[in-house]
Amino acid sequence: MSYVTHADLGGQIGHGRIVAKPEDGPFHAAWEARAMALTLAMGATDMWNIDMSRAARETLSDYKKLDYWRIWLAALERLLIARGLADAGEIALGKMRRPPAPVKRVLHAEDVDAVLARGAPTLRPPQAPARFAVGDRVRIRSDRPDHHTRLPGYARGRLATIERTYGAHVFADAHALGLGEQPQWLYCVALDAQVEREGVSVSFDAWEPYLAPA
Amino acid sequence: MNATSGSDGPAHGHPHEHKRKHDHEHEHSELGEMDLRVRALESLLSEKGYLEPAALDALIDTYQTRIGPRNGARVVARAWVDAGYREWLMRDATAAIASLGYSGRQGEYMVALENTAVQHNLVVCTLCSCYPWPVLGLPPGWYKSAPYRSRAVADPRGVLADFGVTLPESTGIRVWDSTAEVRYLVIPQRPAGTEALDETQLSELVTRDSMIGTGLAQTPSGR
Repeated sequence: MSYVTHADLGGQIGHGRIVAKPEDGPFHAAWEARAMALTLAMGATDMWNIDMSRAARETLSDYKKLDYWRIWLAALERLLIARGLADAGEIALGKMRRPPAPVKRVLHAEDVDAVLARGAPTLRPPQAPARFAVGDRVRIRSDRPDHHTRLPGYARGRLATIERTYGAHVFADAHALGLGEQPQWLYCVALDAQVEREGVSVSFDAWEPYLAPA
Repeated sequence: MNATSGSDGPAHGHPHEHKRKHDHEHEHSELGEMDLRVRALESLLSEKGYLEPAALDALIDTYQTRIGPRNGARVVARAWVDAGYREWLMRDATAAIASLGYSGRQGEYMVALENTAVQHNLVVCTLCSCYPWPVLGLPPGWYKSAPYRSRAVADPRGVLADFGVTLPESTGIRVWDSTAEVRYLVIPQRPAGTEALDETQLSELVTRDSMIGTGLAQTPSGR
């Protein structure tokens, strides 16, 4: 195993109580707002996709020590270096020492509204008929892939029922690896309730390769 | 918050008061450093021609002042007063929400979840911080924190207790983990005694947390 995510937190114990402080807006410091905007603006260059961003964040070795915007910033720096858009020395210095590399797009202020309104739709024409229908019983895959995935650990190996069908979507696992979109059917699956948790059910959104007939 | 200092061992081994105090000091000492780091990065990327600083200003303005939970509150209030809209929202939330002007990034595929006496819905993203931006804005700190993300799927009643919410035993809880690009908006139950209120007044009862499922809509007397 070479791929280690630090972000798969569902079901873990020991993280303590939730502290919901009153918050006056989404940012606590000016740099946080700037880090958010830098990340979105550089995302718009189309030099990586959102699944690659998530992979870059969740594999940061100090993920659990960093707060949210520091995670974003560290992942952004990682992606810039990985794509040859900047090197570590330039980032430390804040000055260009090598000529820029070409980017696909630059986000201009007047296009921000349109770009945000467009978003990044992931629905695609299906490549094959859906394997499952609402009501079908499934078993969640139990193996742990050696790459980015959106199958949370707590769901692995469990029995579930297909509850909703969402069409075919860009497959995050392949997309994060740079293997193209490889659209797969996406379902909302409800995990079988655990006896010790009466009255509680959990669902998550699963691409078809995460599921086997049960 | 998931800001832990890291140098002092496992977070759960610490009394909370001490840890919070420590984090607070830690953040203070680093504020200047983070400002400089972000400024340096922006200056580099701008010098390289990869971005336009005015675009950053526009992005910040959007999420600081224009897109936030008031959008979602309007959706909820409309659903409370208009049965036809409510039916549309439950059938095709993306279109029904877009009809009020809210769509796009991190809300491309919306699903509305109606709270009832039988089922209370709670939304989480255990893997990162997926959240319906067009209707709720950027997520609050606790939504992105390890305590919420870890416990929501394991002990939702305990999570609700942390928020001061106690549901009747007869109300089941469904936790929705946003693991793909579908975004969920909870439609809280309309509080009793609100028959005389108009749509705008109703929307003021709809809190951000009530649309995530960690809160209930406010009652008129509770305001």
